[in-house]
Amino acid sequence: MSGFARHRKSRLVIANFSGFEADLLRSLASQLVELLRNERAMPQQTSDPLEALLDFSGPTEVPDDPVLARLFPSAYTDDDEAAGDFRRFTEATLRDGKAEAAIAIIDGLEDAGLPPELTEEGLVIDVELDEATAETWMRSFTDIRLALATRLEVQEGDEGYWASLPDEDPRGQAHDIYLWVGYLQETLVDALST
Amino acid sequence: MENVSAASPVEVDPTVSPESDDITLLATPWVTIVWNDPVNLMSYVTYVFTTYFGYEKKKAEKLMLEVHNDGKSVVSHGSREEMERDVQAMHEYGLWATMERQ
Repeated sequence: MSGFARHRKSRLVIANFSGFEADLLRSLASQLVELLRNERAMPQQTSDPLEALLDFSGPTEVPDDPVLARLFPSAYTDDDEAAGDFRRFTEATLRDGKAEAAIAIIDGLEDAGLPPELTEEGLVIDVELDEATAETWMRSFTDIRLALATRLEVQEGDEGYWASLPDEDPRGQAHDIYLWVGYLQETLVDALST
Repeated sequence: MENVSAASPVEVDPTVSPESDDITLLATPWVTIVWNDPVNLMSYVTYVFTTYFGYEKKKAEKLMLEVHNDGKSVVSHGSREEMERDVQAMHEYGLWATMERQ
């Protein structure tokens, strides 16, 4: 595949994926949705039962999962109270937005013909995205890449390490997928910038 | 009719010193800072700065390079509320952003 491109006449952002690629992308997006909804955005525990019942606001603590901590960083580095307030007012919205963006990828691939279970060989999935949907995909690619990179503990300038791993190393394979999503995103940014 | 709206003379009470902290608070804008990370693509960061802030490509690229080379860059100034909006937007885009008083 050659990534995303802007169609000259329709101005749509287009790409074609093999069935395998589309299935992989759907799987990554689904995992992101699951993660975003798994560790629930719950308010801090309180010992006062009445306060607990009345507290329907968002979380104030940094999420435990390092991926979620990266997706929802603290807005204030030196003011825990302000950081907690910011988190309470924004994290639930941000989580919903990121989950919706990942679902847009899943829906887009399935609308383009990706079956629930991939069985057919030689399947080609053509996607055509309008500007807004393309930008949504681009944002979600960022979240997917951040998630993969956090799990893999990707560092600045560690290309040599990943290249040195044997082909059968699952971490190396996961890193290849991370690079592939990066390539997709790069072509998507280019397409949107033209 | 005279004296429709004469400004009342400002009386300065020399015994009360101005609340210097409050004055600083009001006058000092807050800033949004974007931090470097090993994941986000340079082209994507530039795209976000042009699209969200409406910066020209040249300025967006300069800020992106600051993030990349210096580890961080101040990308916007404004009131606390404005900066909270900007930080939230940067988090929507997956950029690592914080805010602080300048």
